[in-house]
Amino acid sequence: MDIRVRNIRKEFDLFPALHDVSLDIRSGELIALLGPSGSGKTTLLRLIAGLEFPTSGQIFFGDDDASQKSVQERHVGFVFQHYALFKHMTVADNIGFGLRVRPGRDRPPSAEIRRRAEELLELVQLPGLGNRYPTQLSGGQRQRVALARALAIEPRVLLLDEPFGALDAKVRKDLRRWLRELHDRTGHTTVFVTHDQEEAVELADRVVVMSQGRIEQVGSADDIYDRPQSPFVFSFIGQSNALPVEVRGGEIAFAGQVLGRTDEADGHWRMFMRPHDLEIVPAGEPGIAGRVAVARRSGSSRFAEFDVPGRSERIEVELPASVASAPGMDLNVRPKRWTLYAEESR
Amino acid sequence: MALDATLQPSASAAVRSAPQRPVTTEAPWVRRALITLALVFLALVLFLPLVAVFVEALRNGVSSYLSAITEPDALQAMRLTLTIAAIAVPLNLVFGVAAAWAIAKFEFRGKALLITVIDLPFSVSPVIAGFVFILLFGTGGSLQPLAQWLGIQIVFALPGMVLATTFVTLPFVARELIPLMQEQGTGDEEAALSLGAGGWRTFFLVTLPNVKWALLYGVLLCNARAMGEFGAVAVISGKIRGETNTMPLHVEILYNEYAFSAAFAVATLLALLALLTLLLKTVLEWRFAGDIAATRRGH
Repeated sequence: MDIRVRNIRKEFDLFPALHDVSLDIRSGELIALLGPSGSGKTTLLRLIAGLEFPTSGQIFFGDDDASQKSVQERHVGFVFQHYALFKHMTVADNIGFGLRVRPGRDRPPSAEIRRRAEELLELVQLPGLGNRYPTQLSGGQRQRVALARALAIEPRVLLLDEPFGALDAKVRKDLRRWLRELHDRTGHTTVFVTHDQEEAVELADRVVVMSQGRIEQVGSADDIYDRPQSPFVFSFIGQSNALPVEVRGGEIAFAGQVLGRTDEADGHWRMFMRPHDLEIVPAGEPGIAGRVAVARRSGSSRFAEFDVPGRSERIEVELPASVASAPGMDLNVRPKRWTLYAEESR
Repeated sequence: MALDATLQPSASAAVRSAPQRPVTTEAPWVRRALITLALVFLALVLFLPLVAVFVEALRNGVSSYLSAITEPDALQAMRLTLTIAAIAVPLNLVFGVAAAWAIAKFEFRGKALLITVIDLPFSVSPVIAGFVFILLFGTGGSLQPLAQWLGIQIVFALPGMVLATTFVTLPFVARELIPLMQEQGTGDEEAALSLGAGGWRTFFLVTLPNVKWALLYGVLLCNARAMGEFGAVAVISGKIRGETNTMPLHVEILYNEYAFSAAFAVATLLALLALLTLLLKTVLEWRFAGDIAATRRGH
């Protein structure tokens, strides 16, 4: 089931949570909504589910306009961050809930519901736990039960709101891999919300980067990392440095030093670069010069943050572990790769 | 110093003689004094009067005790008390659940006002509550024509007493449910709806089971108050002996007629009702402790 979101606007008490958002989700795709808190990612997910209704705009499930349909009519599987399992029901009853509340003629017999619950417990790798209560399960197990419950109604799409947000790091990683495998096996169109870029990039086919109620970029992990379309995406995904530069006659200048060449027009620009795209050059050569303030070792590399005269933001550079660096050292670096954004753009 | 392996004997003795108790615990004499104070207070204010009721009731022997509580007027008072509670408690059960549900699960204008209004019966004297209904439904009252048109006698009759009792006991169920339901939020309901359940099914299969223990407490407290209510009912009943007398009113009438041991005999029934309520609450709490903790914890 492909989903098309068309010019969705959502206001809460006149405060806009989403401005004119459009998005195409392909059938069978696993897609992540990624952004900081307040970016509108959860609101978008809830709008697709029918747990909220848009102020304006439309949502299509296939060719079917679902915008004004109730959450029950949309037939979606929704998984909540805090599981929302029914505590007074056994695991099997939780999973069977969606089938048991169907109107009489569509309701399978209770033996069939029971069988289906067992089957789903196998699928989420919790066989034999049907008679337990949710409080008797670990966080990771609860989330898998919540997923089985959502899958029981054979949903047209699977929507997950920060599904691993309440779990600890190790369980998160395991569940992430497991969810990817499950998706590849069942083929549900799946949308999940996360604020964890590593999770988004590792799990999703495509990532939707959101900020302040707008979609900044939609693309694969490579797209958003290597070809960020906005300063926000550049700085939100991975590490980054920003420097105000001036372009004159194809030369990029900072503090009187020419850092490189560009085809962009003359004027003021912001230059974004990754810490690993900076190389050390001898003092006196054109580059960004400064004095090291903080040096730290991380795995196989070394990071140094240095103060540039006249700038309050430090520049971070990644160095090979073999290069010694200590606070107080003078440093001169030159960017190997960079992206320029017009000064006035967001 | 204490980590040193070669501790000197004198130093280790000093460590051992220091008071070893959790930091939040007071010295033994403070603890004993506080516990004694609490026990003496409880004995004086709660236990002694309770014992006195039973002692006074049985002063003239068991047979006069039994005749006092099986006398026609006493039986009628018991019937009336139970009837009023049987109507007022279900009314407040429905209202309390509906109000708590609205307040906890939805955002609407005037919500703060509604919460305040629910508490009103706690802050208004029950006597005033009784008077309000007399003013409304009594002779010349603004709602008297309505009562007349319906052909119901409200003041000095059962309907008025039910109204007054309902008013006085209105907050109990709602007050018990609101904080719990607010804490639980709407996550479970949203899950049920997304799984295809309608509003009523969601309410009966998810919302209600999540609050059943709080609801039971609320009903127990509401019932205890409904049976024991004096002020509001005294005003609106007119205290017609054998007709509009409830148990608390009957106790007062007997007392005013200097039938002390009969008054205390009926009073023991009220005290027993209260003890039964407490017992029921304690047994439920003990029996379903894990279950209650689970629903209290919310998510």
